[in-house]
Amino acid sequence: MSTESAVQTAGQPAFYVTEEEHAHSSTLLGFWIYIMSDTLIFAALFATFGVLRHRYAGGPTAAEVLDIPGVALNTAMLLISSITCGFAMLEMQKRNKGSTLFWLAVTGLFGAAFVGLELHEFATMIAEGAGPQRSAFLSAFFTLVGTHGTHVTIGIIWLITLMVQVGRKGLVHENARRLMCFSMFWHFLDVIWIGVFSVVYLLGVL
Amino acid sequence: MFSNPDLWKFIFGRLTWQDILPETIVVYTFIVVAIGGVAIVAAITYYRKWGYLWNEWITSIDHKKIGAMYMILGLVMFVRGFSDAAMMRSQQAIAFGANQGYLPPHHYDQIFTAHGVIMIFFAAMPLITGLMNFVVPLQIGARDVAFPFLNNFSFWMTAAGAVIVMISLFVGVFAMTGWLAYPPLSELPYSPDTGVDYYIWGLQVAGIGTLLSGVNMVATIIKMRAPGMSMMKMPVFTWTALCTNILIVAAFPVLTAVLALLALDRYAGTHFFTNTGGGDQMMYVNLIWIWGHPEVYILVLPCFGVYSEVVATFCGKRLFGYASMVYATIVITILSYLVWLHHFFTMGSGASVNSFFGITTMIISIPTGAKIFNWLFTMYKGRIRFELPMMWSVAFMITFVIGGMTGVMLAVPPADFVLHNSLFLIAHFHNVIIGGVLFGIFAAINYWFPKAFGFKLDQFWGKVSFWLWVPGFYLAFMPLYVLGLMGITRRLNHFDDPSLQIWFVIAAFGALLIGGGILAMLVQIGVSIARRDQLRDVTGDPWDGRTLEWSTSSPPPEYNFAFTPIVYDHDAWWDMKDRGYVRPREGFRPIHMPKNTGTGAILAALAVAFAFGMIWYMWWLAAVSFVAMIVVAIGHTFNYNRDFDIPVETVVATEGERTALLARHA
Amino acid sequence: MSSDAHASHPADGHHAIAADAPHGSMKGYLTGFVLAVVLTVIPFWLVMGNVLDNAVATSILVIVFAVVQIVVHMIYFLHLDTASEGGWNMLALIFTVIMVVIGIVGSLWVMYHLNLNMMPGMMTARPG
Repeated sequence: MSTESAVQTAGQPAFYVTEEEHAHSSTLLGFWIYIMSDTLIFAALFATFGVLRHRYAGGPTAAEVLDIPGVALNTAMLLISSITCGFAMLEMQKRNKGSTLFWLAVTGLFGAAFVGLELHEFATMIAEGAGPQRSAFLSAFFTLVGTHGTHVTIGIIWLITLMVQVGRKGLVHENARRLMCFSMFWHFLDVIWIGVFSVVYLLGVL
Repeated sequence: MFSNPDLWKFIFGRLTWQDILPETIVVYTFIVVAIGGVAIVAAITYYRKWGYLWNEWITSIDHKKIGAMYMILGLVMFVRGFSDAAMMRSQQAIAFGANQGYLPPHHYDQIFTAHGVIMIFFAAMPLITGLMNFVVPLQIGARDVAFPFLNNFSFWMTAAGAVIVMISLFVGVFAMTGWLAYPPLSELPYSPDTGVDYYIWGLQVAGIGTLLSGVNMVATIIKMRAPGMSMMKMPVFTWTALCTNILIVAAFPVLTAVLALLALDRYAGTHFFTNTGGGDQMMYVNLIWIWGHPEVYILVLPCFGVYSEVVATFCGKRLFGYASMVYATIVITILSYLVWLHHFFTMGSGASVNSFFGITTMIISIPTGAKIFNWLFTMYKGRIRFELPMMWSVAFMITFVIGGMTGVMLAVPPADFVLHNSLFLIAHFHNVIIGGVLFGIFAAINYWFPKAFGFKLDQFWGKVSFWLWVPGFYLAFMPLYVLGLMGITRRLNHFDDPSLQIWFVIAAFGALLIGGGILAMLVQIGVSIARRDQLRDVTGDPWDGRTLEWSTSSPPPEYNFAFTPIVYDHDAWWDMKDRGYVRPREGFRPIHMPKNTGTGAILAALAVAFAFGMIWYMWWLAAVSFVAMIVVAIGHTFNYNRDFDIPVETVVATEGERTALLARHA
Repeated sequence: MSSDAHASHPADGHHAIAADAPHGSMKGYLTGFVLAVVLTVIPFWLVMGNVLDNAVATSILVIVFAVVQIVVHMIYFLHLDTASEGGWNMLALIFTVIMVVIGIVGSLWVMYHLNLNMMPGMMTARPG
């Protein structure tokens, strides 16, 4: 019964670590896995849209209701918010609290513009009698695009929360990690949007 | 009470006095449940245990306690699900000719729906999740899961889903649609009552918990393994847990999406699965089985892991073909995504589609068969100890092979056209789920119980339970194969042909034996608690185990391992024993651990309120509780002070006690 | 999502960020942005200007540009490479892409054949 069993003795390897290793954070990987699962929610919605995209039920067709110049503007908003989110991350890496907050605010404003334009588009369509109850195509359209819009809205709420937290506590380790998760989420939404504008809008009006 | 009907409607939505306890039989149930509930509450209050319950269990982020709570939830819901089964079996045994039995169709329909939903989502899933929660961190030499708070939240969301489904027993009705709520029957025009809404919200709330626990477990297994534990040195149970949780993360989002679409149809008037407006019912069936088939493997893979651990341990041998076991698990994981259409061959998508899915289904039996041979070769020339876990494993191997073979029969599309929707199918999936999943859970409970609670389960009552369960299973389900081959369809509450009755009577007798088996199991737990001092496991290694969980004390300390182990072999603990490992006695240091939090339980309670508001159209309640959930969740993120250090004195004291205990029994 | 109990102490936050953060650079973000703009503008131009006068070819091009743009976003904005998180991020992504493809292509295939077999009339009457 030796007491120095922690160190490697002759013929017997060390069976446990005496110095605790620096714990690796699992948050970024865990959040990435969550994003993957969210991708599959969108995959189910894309599949549904794909199956129902010509079920107009006598109602308006995609070419009749979809506003391509409008969605081009919307895409620009989201794309710009992506790069400003990137600027915020770069400032965060440099530990500039003020400019990080500034770029986050810009990101949030472009995100809000995106949601606002989308709501305007929805309102216009519903007013024209092309609401989600009109046909299976429109149900699938509103649900897919609306789910993405809901995600952006959640992202904006999260962003505001994070700005308050960064404002209060500065760029401490926890906040930096949360900002990196947020940035992943925001860029992920942009990736989903590429699918939405290509499949729903561009292919829709062809 | 209220003279103003508009006000009533605003406050209570569509809830009226008639909705509360709608059936006589339910009134009796309610009385029993109410008496039991009052007794439990009174006992907790009398013994002043509320604080203990809140501090030590409800707010606990300890993966072992959360695992135990999952198991308790699963067992309670299992008893509820079995009582539904017993009612169906007795109804079908007597309802012939002029005798209509005692369950009218609209009640019988709720029972078979509730039975399926509860057994899969609220019995099997919590039991499996609980098992993984308890065992995996111990097997990989970790102190907790990657996200302990999330773990607590996941459990309470699962429990909240169960609560929502249980409320439907006493307030309103449950779905009468079958366990997957196919449209158009589940659409508003054909199911205008609350049943499908209870179903949707119960599953959505529980589904969030399942999904997050899946994310958590994947991150845990990837990031928190002990040093030296490469992927191919992971215990097989951990491997199967990894694959199962990958399946959860990849499959449950589809369920969430499809149930959300059904909810939109019912609440917002959309046309996804309706008869009109261009809706497509078969898209629902397609999507729900994209989740549904992987779900089957989510349940059974960890049980394959259990059998692997049990067989290796009780044969005193290394598992035969470790690598092939791992690859078979991975192949099953991928293939489980390519077979979903075999649940609806009869839909009519044609020969090409049906052949593809028929062939992929048959291919899946190859890796599964490889596993069976691996277990058999492990047993071959082993010193087999027929303890309870091993007995359940042997029963599994025999039973599961039968279920697998009938599965391959059903995988042949032309045969499926004859057997689809018949009792043959019912017999098949009970054969694989009881024989595969449930027997595995029983093996696991008998195997890991001493680790969790520090004493073994009583053998005598365990054997009584085993010998009631296994013959009971065969008597209950073999007749259904026969009936199915004769063309009898499922979900009927009355039959005309008296020649069929004998088969249903035999099946009911089998169910009676199973009921005895469940009773014996409860007795076993009670007797074991009473005799815990004789059954005490002081070594921490009662079975001469092979993996790391047996290297620590039973029950393990809060921090699992005083020092993080280093791993050289997939049977890490066996390897350590083999090479004369000496337990460390000094050099302890403080251990960094997360703090308990009540946020998970609060969020789950709000989720129940939200769901209840949605189900009964009490929009104010739904809105208020939804906003409250967001506020509580955001509030939680403002708490940065989440960890603490277990002082070194506590570690020294805990480990010192164990040293003394081991010395006393040396 | 932010309840990582095994986080290190705030004091060594610098190290932790440096250790597990996917690194971005101004050059990377700008390259990604320019590429993304180009890859967005071209498909919009193809469709809005009706450049090709061939719906099938335009559809294929739109899909190709979308896929390329997704890859661009993954590399320049999400900083995904085979090294991040020991390759697990990439493995998770590949697995997810396979699942997405199986789910979407499988559903479309299955439902197309269903309609072909069970509702032949609807198939021909279908616009588009």
